[in-house]
Amino acid sequence: MEGYSRKWVMQGGEEINHGNSEEKKLELRLGPPNGDWSSSEKDETFFPFSYISKDNHAQKISSFLQLQSTAQKQSQMVQESSQTVCTKTADLQSTEKKKAFSQTATVHNSAQKRTAPAPVVGWPPIRSFRKNLASSSSVKSATETQNVVPNKSASKKPMEICQKGLFVKINMDGIPIGRKVDLKAYDSYDKLSSAVDQLFRGLLAAQNNPSTGGNEKKEDGETAISGLLDGSGEYTLVYEDNEGDRMLVGDVPWQ
Amino acid sequence: MAYTFPEEVLEHVFSFLTSDKDRNAVSLVCKSWYEIERWCRKRIFVGNCYAVSPRIMIRRFPEVRSVELKGKPHFADFNLVPEGWGAYVYPWILAMSKSYPWLEEIKLKRMVITDESLELISKSFKNFKVLVLSSCDGFTTDGLAAIAANCRNLRKLDLGESEVEDLSGHWLSHFPDNCTSLVSLNIACLASEVSLLALERLVTRSPNLRTLRINRAVPLERLPNLLRRTSQLVEFGTGVFSADVRSDFFSKLTEAFSSCKQLKCLSGFWDVVPAYLPALYPVCSRLTSLNLSYATCQNPELGKLISQCHNLQRLWVLDYIEDTGLEELATNCKDLQELRVFPSDPFAAEPNTTLTEQGLVAVSDGCPKLQSVLYFCRQMTNAALVTIARNRPNMIRFRLCIIEPRTPDYLTLGSFDTGFGAIVENCKELRRLSLSGLLTDRVFEYIGAHAKKLEMLSIAFAGDSDLGLHHVLSGCDSLRKLEIRDCPFGDKALLANAAKLETMRSLWMSSCSVSFEACKMLAQKMPRLNVEVIDERGPPDTRPESCPVEKLYIYRTVAGRRFDTPGYVWTMDEDAAVRLT
Repeated sequence: MEGYSRKWVMQGGEEINHGNSEEKKLELRLGPPNGDWSSSEKDETFFPFSYISKDNHAQKISSFLQLQSTAQKQSQMVQESSQTVCTKTADLQSTEKKKAFSQTATVHNSAQKRTAPAPVVGWPPIRSFRKNLASSSSVKSATETQNVVPNKSASKKPMEICQKGLFVKINMDGIPIGRKVDLKAYDSYDKLSSAVDQLFRGLLAAQNNPSTGGNEKKEDGETAISGLLDGSGEYTLVYEDNEGDRMLVGDVPWQ
Repeated sequence: MAYTFPEEVLEHVFSFLTSDKDRNAVSLVCKSWYEIERWCRKRIFVGNCYAVSPRIMIRRFPEVRSVELKGKPHFADFNLVPEGWGAYVYPWILAMSKSYPWLEEIKLKRMVITDESLELISKSFKNFKVLVLSSCDGFTTDGLAAIAANCRNLRKLDLGESEVEDLSGHWLSHFPDNCTSLVSLNIACLASEVSLLALERLVTRSPNLRTLRINRAVPLERLPNLLRRTSQLVEFGTGVFSADVRSDFFSKLTEAFSSCKQLKCLSGFWDVVPAYLPALYPVCSRLTSLNLSYATCQNPELGKLISQCHNLQRLWVLDYIEDTGLEELATNCKDLQELRVFPSDPFAAEPNTTLTEQGLVAVSDGCPKLQSVLYFCRQMTNAALVTIARNRPNMIRFRLCIIEPRTPDYLTLGSFDTGFGAIVENCKELRRLSLSGLLTDRVFEYIGAHAKKLEMLSIAFAGDSDLGLHHVLSGCDSLRKLEIRDCPFGDKALLANAAKLETMRSLWMSSCSVSFEACKMLAQKMPRLNVEVIDERGPPDTRPESCPVEKLYIYRTVAGRRFDTPGYVWTMDEDAAVRLT
């Protein structure tokens, strides 16, 4: 790191630039391109997701709550142990969630959107709700393919889907920054879980070891966040239904 | 002479001064004018909610009726400001609820407003009339329900392009039956369905309603019924503009639009089916403002509609209008003042429409009143920019976005230095400018030399060195807001022009070359600036001092540092800087 910084100081502007763009590229690993993930769409639906660290449960929840605008609604949750949440999940398959996931049923190709070749966050400077307009029926319809593998054709966005993206905000215990994901971009819990891993891996690494942030490659300090769904890892993915109850993600079949 | 006038007379004279600038100038004349002015100031505009505190505002202006506040930096619109950055309005509302019981208007832009704040507003101000929330977030329809239920004299509710958590469409039914004061209602940004029955009842009992912008969820089939009750509308925003095409419905819709004799502004048109656009033809000649920026429809329908709007002053449209449509616009709409052309598919690798520099040149040639442009395109030439500059020296706002960063002039393969140079040289009144395409330091030399009235400048992927930033900061005398991303501007230019920053509202720099060390030095040098480093990689002092910071936001303030910063914002502290160096 020392060496690196000395290098660009000596070489001047060019190198600084290079260093910056390199960082930018790496940063993109934290979220889907296009910047859609961190901003709102007019027609999106929210319900907050969060990670809960299994150790020190109650304390971490309360710190998490401070980040939420709907904090009061959740406050009753603080008393509940994760055990109760689990048992509740079975019968409380909230209609909200059903609705949310049933909309994803027809989605096959949303991963295209994530791999669209947008090099920089926030460029071109368009508000997020304008980004997916090329959609409507009167205009040439988007080519829908079944391909979920990242590829070059990604720029043809799956319009109909983008148009009604289902965005949720995800907060992770101990990480001050929330991220938004489009649920419709995934077709299974596994894909969602790996996307969440991608989104938060870097942030978590930076949090645990701030010194790795700088000019070093991001991968160095990063480890995969695993066991999000089965509860085997340090973090568990939960969501909050429209009644303010916490549920384990994955208990209801992805529709 | 002034001393011979009684206070009441001066107060009356001051009441004719409506601009903030004039009021501020008056208050600087002498102590007695300062006193008189502060007691009769009714309207306050705060361009940065962290530049002053509610306490200071209230202490100086005890009789305010209308407050306008702005929060997050402009780049927040494009996701460059991380979540949770700040701009919480609650402390302002709380302070005003105690001191301004007669407050009538609150206008917010890019601020976070909670339901709690909305409820406090609805219960604290007895004569509350106007609530405008532009690009705000943090609230739900529950907060809106409180406003609807409690603000008995509400005239205007404008949700702008806010991000509202949509819990229920029933909030509209909270307007009490005796609420008849509405003049303006804009709920276009809401995602979910609103209660149509409640909406229809509300507009029926609002005889003064002039502006109504409904959201996408309101089906086209309901428009005739709605318009029949609101024939006095001046501004109307439709919902979704598609339905099964039926001839009887088409004539109903046409009739409904034609019955709105005052109509001047139209917007909405989500998912438009071109077959329904002719329903607007009867009102076209009345229109002065047309927002088709959500209308994903193409020529010839698009051009045909627009070319009938002979009195159009403002047009927002997608690039589906293409060069041909803009040429029609130039021929038919001689009153056009503002044109915005948005990209329909900004992330496509290849152009998906035939929109080039030609279209803009045509409009600049054909529309003598054109003074405000926002234009997204994929190709441009210096020759075109020079022509535009010569055609329209009256330009006030010129924002050009060539979508691919660092795109050269496709004819000469050179930079756009001369093109933008011509813009600033010819357009003496230019107040706002956004640059794009390939640019060297030279363009900033031109800007510094000519853009003397420029107030806001946006720069991305431009310049070669510190010199570029230096030209801007040392040359643009009227500059208030400067936002820069991905440019090789760094410490030297910033520190050399530190004093300039105090004359500006704010400076944003992200992915530039400003070191942490320079940020600290700047804070030390300029104690009235808040120098905030935004770095999501963790504390900047864990990296070498010379390491560039991710993002930097600098603003002048009389309120001192803010205390609501999230974990990724570090305010450079002048004392800490001394300690560390």
